[in-house]
Amino acid sequence: MNEAIRLNCVTAGYRRGNPIIHDIDLTVPKSDFLAIMGPNGGGKTTLLKVILGLLTPWEGSVKVLGGSPEKTHPEIGYVPQVIPDESFPITVIDVVLMGRLRNSGLFGRFTRGDRKIAEMNLARLDVLDLAGEEINSLSGGQKQRVLIARALAGKPKILLLDEPVASVDHNTQESFFNLLEELNRTMTIVLVTHDVGAVSAHVKNIACINRTLMSHGETLSAEAVAKAYGCPFELVSHGDIPHRILGNGKGSKT
Amino acid sequence: MIDALGYTFMQNAVIVSVLGSIACGIIGTLVTVNRMSALAGSIAHASFGGLGLAYLMGFNPLIGATGFAVVSAAGIAAISSRKRTRTDTAMAAMWATGMAAGLVFIKLSGTYSADLMSWLFGSLLTVSSSDIMFAAVLDIVILLVITGLYKEFLAVSFDQEFSMLQGVPTDFIRGLFLILTALTAVLLMKITGLIMVIAMLSIPAAIAEMFAGSLWKMMILASILAAVFNLAGLSLAWILDLPPGAVIILIAAFAYVVSLIIERVKS
Repeated sequence: MNEAIRLNCVTAGYRRGNPIIHDIDLTVPKSDFLAIMGPNGGGKTTLLKVILGLLTPWEGSVKVLGGSPEKTHPEIGYVPQVIPDESFPITVIDVVLMGRLRNSGLFGRFTRGDRKIAEMNLARLDVLDLAGEEINSLSGGQKQRVLIARALAGKPKILLLDEPVASVDHNTQESFFNLLEELNRTMTIVLVTHDVGAVSAHVKNIACINRTLMSHGETLSAEAVAKAYGCPFELVSHGDIPHRILGNGKGSKT
Repeated sequence: MIDALGYTFMQNAVIVSVLGSIACGIIGTLVTVNRMSALAGSIAHASFGGLGLAYLMGFNPLIGATGFAVVSAAGIAAISSRKRTRTDTAMAAMWATGMAAGLVFIKLSGTYSADLMSWLFGSLLTVSSSDIMFAAVLDIVILLVITGLYKEFLAVSFDQEFSMLQGVPTDFIRGLFLILTALTAVLLMKITGLIMVIAMLSIPAAIAEMFAGSLWKMMILASILAAVFNLAGLSLAWILDLPPGAVIILIAAFAYVVSLIIERVKS
């Protein structure tokens, strides 16, 4: 069993007759690092919800690690989009402990072991010193790391991230992707983003969706991106980091 | 003021004020962090229908109000769990329908309107021993539920989707929250009246939110603030011969404005 995620002809949406994603076939092998791209409103988040089992597809089937998504929840670490300017009173360590809810059960208390796991993951993401801080005093990038630590606290086999690049500022993007690449050694990573440029150099595979799956492979074809985004697209390369260039439908790397 | 404490009705008012502030602080905190104050208002107003029905049929108004509050909370829960965007409409409809039904029932029953006024604007000086029992039992239930399920309430309030993925029964937690909100709204009706319940559930918690770094600290601070507002309002109303419910709200609103200014200066 080498598949982490398998979508078969999946059609889903919120209002009947108006599918957000249509007839999507997508297989993600284990230990893949996949970026799902597409314009805003193209169905990326809907696709993520289907994989998470939060949304049941109208048609088609979803398998996560060979089982139904509902059954495989413990194996998936979900990192939602960082919402700026929230005023919820909660400390960083309490956020990360949420990743231990499944293990501690209803009415139970978090054990010393749960706390240790939470702290270990904060340390892994280099934000252990923020454990006692209020989440709202953190920068977007720090919040992002806390949410990843929360997802990792459940010891997942698959990590799903929703728009992780949006809250990471330019200077820390490199170290952020190094971190994901390191995590990728032990788990499958799927991230969703509308930002083609920032991610393409770091991931193993790219899928492009706008209602339907436009392309999926090691590189993106310029035509597929142009079609998905509805306009010609040009990749800007920054710095001298080796970059994956958009192939003309063939799939070439530099 | 001190000699007023010699009267039984004043002792009852003080006891209900303090007991009410515990429920008010804890549930108000959850209402505030979940941005659900409109929901609390709608449940409180919907319960007016139950009051009217109780007067018409001749049973205890407290039972009528509680029944309508719980049913409307359950109704909102059922509608919003299926389609979140309709919650707003459901709450608005519940709010107005409850008031309309109550008015019709009360007109049919021919009840003297002073009774009505006491539910609308509070009747802190006429609380009975059964009101005190209601407040005490509700406090115990709320404290048990919140201490037992604190991490679940925290998780569902902070991030419902993630909680669901962690296997937390989010619908159950939300339902429990709505029912406790309904019961608290009925209790607070005695203190400030149903029209002002929404203020008591949101103002102390909103002030506490500015200064508390965690949910449980916010609950404790909101409860203390509610107790201070209730007792200060009760005393001032006694001295100035004004309706206590209204004075409590005015003091709370004043404190809220002061806290907003303090927060603005601090940042």
